[in-house]
Amino acid sequence: MTPLVDVRGLTFAYPQPERRGARAFGLADVTFAIAPGEVFGVIGPNSAGKTTLLRLLTRVLAPARGDIRLDGHPLAGLSHAEIARRVGVVPQDTPRPFPFTVEELVLMGRFPHGPARFFESPADREAARAAMAATGVEALGPLPFEHLGGGERQRALLARALAQRPRLLVLDEPTAHLDLRYQAETAALLRRVNREQGVGVLLVSHDLNLAAEVCDRLLLLGGGRVVRLGPPGEVLQPEALEAVFHCRVVVDKSPGSGRPVVQVAWPGEEGR
Amino acid sequence: MSPERRLASALVALAAVLVAVAGLALFVGSAGLSPVAVARALAGRADAESVESVVTLGLRLPRILVAAVAGGALAVAGVAFQGLTRNPLAEPSVLGISSGAAFGVVLAQIVGLGISPLEALGVTAFAFGGALLAAAAVYLVARVPGGLSIQTLLLAGVIVGIFFGSAITVLISIVDFNRLGGVVHWLLGNLAPLPPASLALFAVLAGVGVLVVLRHARELNLLALGEESAVQLGVDAERLKRRIFLGAALLTGAVVAFAGPIGFVGLIVPHALRGRLGQDHRLLVPTAALAGGVFLLAADTVARNVVAPAELSVGVITAFCGAPFFVYLLRTRYRPTL
Repeated sequence: MTPLVDVRGLTFAYPQPERRGARAFGLADVTFAIAPGEVFGVIGPNSAGKTTLLRLLTRVLAPARGDIRLDGHPLAGLSHAEIARRVGVVPQDTPRPFPFTVEELVLMGRFPHGPARFFESPADREAARAAMAATGVEALGPLPFEHLGGGERQRALLARALAQRPRLLVLDEPTAHLDLRYQAETAALLRRVNREQGVGVLLVSHDLNLAAEVCDRLLLLGGGRVVRLGPPGEVLQPEALEAVFHCRVVVDKSPGSGRPVVQVAWPGEEGR
Repeated sequence: MSPERRLASALVALAAVLVAVAGLALFVGSAGLSPVAVARALAGRADAESVESVVTLGLRLPRILVAAVAGGALAVAGVAFQGLTRNPLAEPSVLGISSGAAFGVVLAQIVGLGISPLEALGVTAFAFGGALLAAAAVYLVARVPGGLSIQTLLLAGVIVGIFFGSAITVLISIVDFNRLGGVVHWLLGNLAPLPPASLALFAVLAGVGVLVVLRHARELNLLALGEESAVQLGVDAERLKRRIFLGAALLTGAVVAFAGPIGFVGLIVPHALRGRLGQDHRLLVPTAALAGGVFLLAADTVARNVVAPAELSVGVITAFCGAPFFVYLLRTRYRPTL
């Protein structure tokens, strides 16, 4: 079976001097593959190169060396619209210089399916409506996006990505701005979308427990290199995590799912 | 209501208003013609050499057409620069781009280009070049990692505007003033009747600029989400930015060449439309083309009559409206949080 995403020997370095303020990190010889319908997590500390990987996979950046294939097609040979019909990105948040409504925002996800159209077709409207129903934001359609709360924004952006009818959904730190309730909701929503629509998921996060809970396999990045790749139980081992995160950790089992749960081993009073 | 229906009804309403305002403007003026005399001239029943014919058909009508084209072009340029910079306060004069174009026009006049249609095309080319130069300068000054900040962009626009304003003053000072007849009046933004051939050329150039922006209106919506998101949604952001940049510079250059650097139309009109139609560029661009004409025509009619028999420059009227409006937007809607 052709992998949905096939990454081989991916290497990238930002031009020096590095941009101050918005630092991003390079990658060295990264190789992995994502199967269709798989839920795949990329984890690692802040400087590991997770965001860089995401940008390379959506051709916002071009690799220095290595090969990325999407559905068997070399990524460099696909137009931006062709990529966007296969990969839908859910960003952490979206800049909003102009107060677009939720419905307008979700309809933007239909652009790659008819870039030459001036207005969306009835089929586009139906796809956007279905995507909004799938993430429970149908009733929010006429509201300005900026009036939504954090959890609602996330679901609206997820609806936009689903409106692209992608084969792979990429989520960038999906729980970064969310409290516990919305984190649980996001995890449940991702599982449901994956199951019902058969869409593959690439989760980029430093939330190890969310990744352990929803992902079939994990890729642990450290300093731009692959440290471990495999099922959560194999990747989330204390020695690998401590080497990457530079702190002591305790790995437990979740009483509910039996998946790993990672905690920082806080130093006691005498350790301070 | 679907966007298609909203656009259609807004365009019909604006076209009706434009015709009504244009009709009204035909009947008022310092010449003190009676409505009957104007109607007679319009109907072709007056002698071609009569005062009513000369004033109505030779002065008022062409001036009304210049105002409609210039206003529409400026409003669309405003929408384009706002979308391009993702800055709701961007506008050709605020960004200093009108000043760059004006510098080009003064340079063209020094080189000896006059007012025949062919020479007017050359003047527009100079204005276009000046607009591109100023826009590039603003971009280079304001660029920071991760894009353009709203405040820095506005400051860069002010600085570039001052620079080109000074450069114009230098040119005027070192060149025999008589060769630059009426340049001061023109610099304030002054609509004057154009001969038919020049007017047609102006309309074609403005039309090309509007079409360039209109064609990419849907992509401008996506660009508002940031370049990275726009690319991830399938937009060729580099090509889009280049085309909008050229289209908006052409609109600004053409208006400055044929009517002068008139400010704030590109700020007032798009914001009035955003309040009614929302943020969709597919609605804003075509409606701005008509609403800009309505606004500038109304402003020019005021400018022609408010201190009659003398005349104000229409740029004075738009600045009197635009400056407080800019402050209002800055203080209420666009706090430095973006």
